[in-house]
Amino acid sequence: MIKDITIGQYFPGNSIVHRLDSRIKLLLTVMFIVMLFMANTFLGLLVGVLFIGFAYMMSKIPLKMILKSVKPIAPLIILTAILNLFFITTGDVLVDWWIFKITTGGVKTAVFMVVRIIALIVGTSLLTYTTSPIELTDAIERVLSPLKKIKLPVHEVAMMMTIALRFIPTLIEETDKITMAQKARGADMESGSILKRAKALVPVLIPLFVSAFRRAEELAMAMECRCYHGGDGRTRLKQLHMTMKDLNAVIVTAIPIVLIVIIDKVNIF
Amino acid sequence: MAIIETQNLTYVYGEGTPFEKVAVDDVSIKIDEGELVGVIGHTGSGKSTLIQHFNALLKPTSGSVFVDGEKINWEDKKTLRAFRFKVGLVFQYPEYQLFEDTVYKDISFGPKNMGLDEKEVDRRVRDTARLVGIDDNMLEKSPFDLSGGQKRRVAIAGVMAMEPKVLILDEPTAGLDPKGRETILSMIREYHKEKKNTVMLVSHSMEDVAKNATKILVMNKGKLFCYDDTRTVFSRAEELKAMGLSVPQITDVFNQLKKRGIDINEDVYTVDYGVKLVKRLMEMKK
Repeated sequence: MIKDITIGQYFPGNSIVHRLDSRIKLLLTVMFIVMLFMANTFLGLLVGVLFIGFAYMMSKIPLKMILKSVKPIAPLIILTAILNLFFITTGDVLVDWWIFKITTGGVKTAVFMVVRIIALIVGTSLLTYTTSPIELTDAIERVLSPLKKIKLPVHEVAMMMTIALRFIPTLIEETDKITMAQKARGADMESGSILKRAKALVPVLIPLFVSAFRRAEELAMAMECRCYHGGDGRTRLKQLHMTMKDLNAVIVTAIPIVLIVIIDKVNIF
Repeated sequence: MAIIETQNLTYVYGEGTPFEKVAVDDVSIKIDEGELVGVIGHTGSGKSTLIQHFNALLKPTSGSVFVDGEKINWEDKKTLRAFRFKVGLVFQYPEYQLFEDTVYKDISFGPKNMGLDEKEVDRRVRDTARLVGIDDNMLEKSPFDLSGGQKRRVAIAGVMAMEPKVLILDEPTAGLDPKGRETILSMIREYHKEKKNTVMLVSHSMEDVAKNATKILVMNKGKLFCYDDTRTVFSRAEELKAMGLSVPQITDVFNQLKKRGIDINEDVYTVDYGVKLVKRLMEMKK
């Protein structure tokens, strides 16, 4: 059933990572990505991996969730590994068969790239695991707010994102309901050719569109009734506050970056 | 013979996740053919989940369902559709499922899915349209141009037109004004009388249930509380109230009268009957 798909993948909790300022978390994620791309040696990468392991420990997110975040990109990882394995031809030759040639350089790069991609996905997933979509859009709005100077409607864009996110579960539920109702009338959505199946979606899509428009109209009316007039002069229910723990988090993240830079400079491996 | 039978039916939502919830808990029930069953229960008591098992929309976590003596076999998905034609289910706010460009086409969606020939489809569409009070000239209109009550009736007709052996309606009167409610209910009564089929009516209104149902099924926290005659069920007023349900207002009035020492040895659950009883009592006093 569609209901089973988790969207936004927020994993509620009350750990230190959950409680960090969402803007800082956004910054930390960017720092983490920089960290991974600055690491050019296995030791540097290890520092990054250890760091993300530490961050997961602090966040108390179950290990199962890490696997879940890697699963959808498994094909990409495998493809990267294969490409690197066969097309990098530095170092000693390990296997030479027909047109395939595997070298130590290829193996090294393949492993390196795979670890880097996995770390990247796992690390950025931590942001969405520990930050609710609403907090996230809030943070994005704040971070982008300087762009208001060049007349970019930052608040409006953030509001649209918030509303879109807000309505995903509603629409999923609605889709489920309509699908059930049409199935109850004998609609057959599980068999037949692709064309037949696409046609079978019409009885679901039309009511879904009608209801989406109806909801949009109702929401617009409700917002107007409460005198919504865009972002000017609007205050927030939840003010974002930066505290010592946010500063600490930045420092904790900065340390491995410095470490990686040093490792690369020394270049002992 | 029982038209619908469940054996130890259990359904668990989100099994294996932190959101796991037992919606239907070990329900065994037999519903006889030709009854008009009122289904009542608190919000979240599992009544909607229960009825979605009767036409093979939900797969039971454990237990089994028999329709017309035939077991719903979830192993063979191709056989499931047949059960949906035998047991017609009208969801809450069914008007949101309308999608065709004319009322006629929308009502014929179900019968067409059954693979009936054009003549039979036409007969069924016109037959049910008459039953739900949709005029012939309305059949060519777009369903989106109708009023709320009319849309609801068209949507119900869409299920009725499949002429199912059992018609289940999940709160068919929700959100309608008193006149609209009465139209729908009298339509259901009419259908029940004419077709002699089994009808199940999920409702929050004890008045509606008392007035129409021959039997009542009470769900409480996923469990079957009881399934009995209307009279017997409403005589358990205290228990119903304890689970957050009520009895019809008129039953309450007469229960209070009894408490004050007025000699009534009958249970009253419709206003009409109450009026008769009061008249009789007054005659006796004279």
